[in-house]
Amino acid sequence: MSIMINKNTKVITQGITGATGLFHAQGARDYGTQMVGGVTPGKGGSVIDGFPVFDTVKDAVEKTGASASVIFVPPPFAADSIMEAVDAGIELVCCITEGIPVLDMVKVKQYMKGRKTRLVGPNCPGVITPGECKIGIMPGYIHKPGKIGVVSRSGTLTYEAVWQLTCLGLGQSTCVGIGGDPVNGTNHLDVLRLFEADPDTEAVIMIGEIGGTSEEEGAYFVKEHMTKPVAAYIAGLTAPPGKRMGHAGAIISGGKGTAAEKVAVLQECGISVAASPAEMAQALLKIYKP
Amino acid sequence: MNIHEYQAKAILRQFGVPVPDGHVCYNGASAREWAKRLGEGPWVVKAQIHAGGRGKGGGVKLARTADEVRNIAREMLGMTLVTHQTGSIGKVVTRVLVENGCNIANELYVSLVVNRGTSKVTVMASTEGGMDIEEVAAKTPEKIFTETIDPLVGLTAFQCRKIAFSLGLGGKLVNKAVSVLQGLYKTFIACDCSMLEINPLVITAEENLLALDAKFGFDDNAVFRHPKLGDMRDYDEEDPNEVEASQHDLSYISLNGNIGCLVNGAGLAMATMDIIKHYGGDPANFLDVGGGATIERVTEAFKIILSDKNVQGILVNIFGGIMKCDIIATGVVEAAKQVSLQVPLVVRLEGTNVARGKEILGESGLNIVAADGMADAAQKIVAAVKGANQ
Repeated sequence: MSIMINKNTKVITQGITGATGLFHAQGARDYGTQMVGGVTPGKGGSVIDGFPVFDTVKDAVEKTGASASVIFVPPPFAADSIMEAVDAGIELVCCITEGIPVLDMVKVKQYMKGRKTRLVGPNCPGVITPGECKIGIMPGYIHKPGKIGVVSRSGTLTYEAVWQLTCLGLGQSTCVGIGGDPVNGTNHLDVLRLFEADPDTEAVIMIGEIGGTSEEEGAYFVKEHMTKPVAAYIAGLTAPPGKRMGHAGAIISGGKGTAAEKVAVLQECGISVAASPAEMAQALLKIYKP
Repeated sequence: MNIHEYQAKAILRQFGVPVPDGHVCYNGASAREWAKRLGEGPWVVKAQIHAGGRGKGGGVKLARTADEVRNIAREMLGMTLVTHQTGSIGKVVTRVLVENGCNIANELYVSLVVNRGTSKVTVMASTEGGMDIEEVAAKTPEKIFTETIDPLVGLTAFQCRKIAFSLGLGGKLVNKAVSVLQGLYKTFIACDCSMLEINPLVITAEENLLALDAKFGFDDNAVFRHPKLGDMRDYDEEDPNEVEASQHDLSYISLNGNIGCLVNGAGLAMATMDIIKHYGGDPANFLDVGGGATIERVTEAFKIILSDKNVQGILVNIFGGIMKCDIIATGVVEAAKQVSLQVPLVVRLEGTNVARGKEILGESGLNIVAADGMADAAQKIVAAVKGANQ
């Protein structure tokens, strides 16, 4: 069926009275997601376009039964919003906000230790289970319900992969954008583990980029524990070292985290690596027969 | 964002990390004056540019007399310094740091960095001061000592002592090392660093610790809460196009090729560069216009791409997503007209209203080639640029 979210997931939007928050809350509702309300401190008790607004996440959870939240709060306050959601016992937090200071995220990660919340992001497009639940900013219509899991650090590159799959008639079980920041809530390995355990995911496309070692850790898991075929693409073969390529996490430092290095590890682990971003779906079809 | 060495040392001084006394100077006469004020000599004159390897390029010199300080400063100011980090063009020296020399008994290495593996700050130290730490890590990893810092507790004294003893320090130097390391951690947190490197941290003949050089990497996401750090930015040290782009919220990095790229999303922008290379072309830049590709932003992006004289063709790759393709197409056409585009332009659009978007491109009367998918787009722009060169 799916991982993380499904048609029964109730979602609130933190920062719902901001233009972006409201726009995407409406988009998710139109897609069929159970968007049950939102939070903006000081505006509790009001209703915006049919969404009840609460002062705190705790209130929103008590009144709506929400188990997931999506965050559109500006960067200086976003870390606090994540911790508020964690404190209120939200199971899944998708933080879309781009530009959160990394030391704020260091604190958030420590705060989350020993608590049950899963954080996806920050600086990510969100999570979608096609046909059931969309949490985030991805365009719903490019997706199609099916059996391929997609996990990626990049937003538009995820859309690219999803679109290639959909055009070939291959639907997706769940697509997870883990975000482009160096310190984030969920990495490739976490999502691969969930896909492996999900009976309705048959194969996975993993999209990565330069910097860090999240892709390599995912690859070792694929080699040792995964029974399902995995294809991949790594962006940034032509990226120069020491430069931040848009994503704060996309920096090659000291020769570590280059695309070539990652591709080599992935291939060693039996992953079908696409030679170009136009061939992500084909790379999967080389090792997977629908 | 990067800062100069003299600025870095001023910050460290504020947090109680010992650095040599010194002052930044913009001409020979003031360098001589400052030398006399600072002490008896000898002094070190150091060219201030945002690049490492200055010593080998003639950017760090020892002076025995104040007159010598003046002469060296005069030689350095205005010279183009070429190091392994500046590229062959080098960087023009507009300021020098004059500081007191010291009697070096030993050189150590210390740095702090956000470790993405642990999601915590790690302090790293080594006995191999003055060396490139990546080289030390590759050849003699046993000479690097690390401690992971609990963000809620901070860098503890016992952790600092562990490092000090591992480095072979004894006597009074142990507590001095604790103070220096904790001062560095305080600096790191207070300034929202992503990296802070002291190489070398020297032990002087008088048994003091002194940060002889300092390199800061600031978290660009946190600059908003450090307005004073923003003032330290030296725009002369940065690529003018990258500065211009950042002022329009565009993420741009110039490269050496001849195919300009305009893409939405960082990952897709990197992938677009890769696929150009895959089909035998060479990207001229990385450019992410972000989610809201408005006419204004696309126009600015075109201007920045075209100000690079190497650009012989442009590839626009937009995955519409929430944005509608007809709106993006209108933006591209408007922008192309405004900058009176002379080079081949290939546009790949995907997303809502894509058919209408392609119609708009076709009806524009401009020489715009529409492409289907990334592979088609890359092949078309590579062919167009090669054709123009034949």
